[in-house]
Amino acid sequence: MQGVAPGGIDCDLHPALPGTAALMPYLDPYWREQITVRGIDGLDLASFPPKIPANGRADWRPQHGKPGADFERLRHDALDGFGLRAAICNPLYGVQAVYNRHFATALATAMNDWMVAEWLDRDPRLRASVVIAPQDPAAAAAEIERRAADPRFVQVLLLAMGEAPLGRQEYWPIYAAATRHRMPIGVHAGSTARHATTGNGWPSYYLEDYVAHAQAFQAQLLNLIHEGVFAKFPDLRVVLIESGFTWVPNFMWRANKTWRGVRAEVPWVDRPPADLIREHVRFTLQPADAPPDPADLARAIDQIGSDDVLLFSTDYPHWQFDGTDAYPAGFPAALRQRVAVDNPLATYPRLRETLA
Amino acid sequence: MTPDDGPAQPHDREARDRAAATKLKVIDCDVHHALASPRALYPYLAQRWRDHLDRYGHRKPTPFVSSSPYPKTAPALSRTDSWPPNGGPPGSDLAFLQEQLLDRYNIEYGLLHLLAPSGMDERNQELGAALCRAINIWQHEHWTQKDQRLKAAIVVPGEDAAAAVAEIEHWAGNSDFAQISMITHTIEPLGRRRYWPIYEAAVRHGLPVGLHTSGFNGHAPAASGWPSYYVEEQHIVALSQQALAVSMVCEGVFARLPDLKVVMVESGFAWVPSLAWRLDAHWKRMRDEVPHLAEPPSHYLRRNMWYTSQPADEPENPEDLRQIIDWLGWDRVLFATDYPHWDMDNPDFAFRCRMSEAERRMIYAGNARAVYGFA
Amino acid sequence: MSRHIVAAVGEIPPGGRKLVTLNGRDIGVFNLGGEFFALLNRCPHQGGALCRGSLTGLVTSTTPGEFTWSRAGEMLKCPWHGWEYDVRTGQSWCDPEDTKVRLYPVTIEPGERLAKGPYVAETFTVSVEQAYIVVEV
Repeated sequence: MQGVAPGGIDCDLHPALPGTAALMPYLDPYWREQITVRGIDGLDLASFPPKIPANGRADWRPQHGKPGADFERLRHDALDGFGLRAAICNPLYGVQAVYNRHFATALATAMNDWMVAEWLDRDPRLRASVVIAPQDPAAAAAEIERRAADPRFVQVLLLAMGEAPLGRQEYWPIYAAATRHRMPIGVHAGSTARHATTGNGWPSYYLEDYVAHAQAFQAQLLNLIHEGVFAKFPDLRVVLIESGFTWVPNFMWRANKTWRGVRAEVPWVDRPPADLIREHVRFTLQPADAPPDPADLARAIDQIGSDDVLLFSTDYPHWQFDGTDAYPAGFPAALRQRVAVDNPLATYPRLRETLA
Repeated sequence: MTPDDGPAQPHDREARDRAAATKLKVIDCDVHHALASPRALYPYLAQRWRDHLDRYGHRKPTPFVSSSPYPKTAPALSRTDSWPPNGGPPGSDLAFLQEQLLDRYNIEYGLLHLLAPSGMDERNQELGAALCRAINIWQHEHWTQKDQRLKAAIVVPGEDAAAAVAEIEHWAGNSDFAQISMITHTIEPLGRRRYWPIYEAAVRHGLPVGLHTSGFNGHAPAASGWPSYYVEEQHIVALSQQALAVSMVCEGVFARLPDLKVVMVESGFAWVPSLAWRLDAHWKRMRDEVPHLAEPPSHYLRRNMWYTSQPADEPENPEDLRQIIDWLGWDRVLFATDYPHWDMDNPDFAFRCRMSEAERRMIYAGNARAVYGFA
Repeated sequence: MSRHIVAAVGEIPPGGRKLVTLNGRDIGVFNLGGEFFALLNRCPHQGGALCRGSLTGLVTSTTPGEFTWSRAGEMLKCPWHGWEYDVRTGQSWCDPEDTKVRLYPVTIEPGERLAKGPYVAETFTVSVEQAYIVVEV
């Protein structure tokens, strides 16, 4: 299949939850009644309104309903369309943004049950990230424990713009559970609107919000590094999903420079941040944010300084590219096999074992 | 880098002499003067505001009475060798600033940026406007009138656009003021309409707008929340400068005011290409949301914005910096030391990549001369 | 190579330093608890006057939140960008293999021997009763 190395693994696929009602079979009576009597629905993240063209490629958009909500379409367009050997589902529904932590936790559990029954059980190529509610880290860790028995859950899902930066100790029970079960932490684009989407306040346009994710991911990386998450959890891998990656080289330069002068503040960071990124952090391919000159892209990838860090993704059904070649112009041909197969297998041990 | 102390090192005396002999003139686009004491502005403030400051002080959306929210890595954020021998904080003594910066590095012009107080981030906006007027008089009397190499910025209370425009009108035409400056951590992103009258006034008077990373707005510095450490916050200010650039471009400030010049100060420049690629890529999918942009966003980043060099990026392979500048344009980068702050750049060492003599002259002086209209 | 008498031993107390110029090179001489070290007064990063920097302890950590502070006054922090150098080795903390500041050999010599030469005593008379710090440049 053009564009994906044989047996390619898509590390970012988005099955869509049609609405809160679709979770009813997986919720207990109290929450079913709450949802019904209060009319709770429409918790799609404002970061991804389904009708925005960027969030559903025209040829992948169904006539009715949300892009990505139909299993047969996803199977046809993505799994078969790209000739995938496996794909990791990252469902985006506003669980992480719900203010009521008990409701958020109940929704997370229901999302995972829904994922198993309506997606994973229907195609052996599908894998999923565990949806958790970081609003309640202890409950989130318990949810990871619960899903660990199912090898098709290969990663834990968090959002880039949350309440507190992700390196904070209150989240460490989540990382302890994830490393115990050899799941990377996947941090996906998305805002819980706890803070303005930029440090300068709320921009006017969706375009700005989307672009602003690159800065939010960079701030998250700084926090994960300097809070000492990688010192505390040396086996932890963090996958930045839908983050872009062309900003990584200059981010590394600046992070290294700052650390050299200020490192006494965080003495557990005992090596340059760029080294920690190359060891612990991975980035999905789409959006590639590719420059018009292919040579610039090849140079940016080379400047990252590691062939291990990029993971193939289509971001289906989001519209990041046209046709079936998910690699942007200038993407080194020699890296395709690595990005589509080797790197995902190395990053996701649970995926590797179930494919063996 | 080696411990070699042979003649190739710019700090050897011979090399210093050689550098002086070539007479590379430098325009330093980020010099920090400072108040000798908190009361230095009192002569220019009404009694009401002097009393107010004595009792209520400066009130900003920050937690501490006088410390930065993220205590810096050095006292007064400064090189520890920059405290004037005659007392006062770094940057407060003109003679010492002349000796340690202007004379030593052959600085032809130094563009002044006062960081504190800014006036603009006072929660009491009336006080903010009074402070800006006082700051501008003080800059004029104590700095630019005493050394013609120093050029001030018209400091404006930008959250109150009418007051800001009045301040610009008051000083415009005075050649001691080379630009208009605002803080960058603003209540709304700087592209929003509430700030447009300021940009219109800038264009009317042919003054660039210098945006030095600074100020407080009550927002978390990043969308991911409040960081814990200065080592994060010091880097995050550059991220918020990126968001500022996105806002000014996407709101159409430059599409509407094609002659507006914005100088981004103290955020480096290596981030511009990747941000421009990202903006263009997503603009292509969402052009219908921003129909006022006639050109791709990258066009405005390279037409209307200039970028000061400091803190100079230090790629693992120094030559990578050349490619960044190649993409950005050699006319876009303006040299800055950020003296006397701890992360300042030494003109002899800031760039580790190769540069032709012509490129060097552009970055160290020619580009700034063009932007600021210096003869 | 030449040997320079830079100070009488008592002139630089423990924790103290003296800045000297030898053969045109600016050098800082440090007393760490009775041991003397001479470093080039130039940070290899951007040329800051390193030997005017603060002397601090060494902070390390084995786990986040734990601070191990040791070797009081043995790390020299550049007055500009704060890079830390080990006064005993000249190595930077952040890049010990590739970023080092030049160290010069220091010996303590009795005045009796120095009086015979050949040494460069730049600014003072050598007394036979005292010991002196000699730096080889």
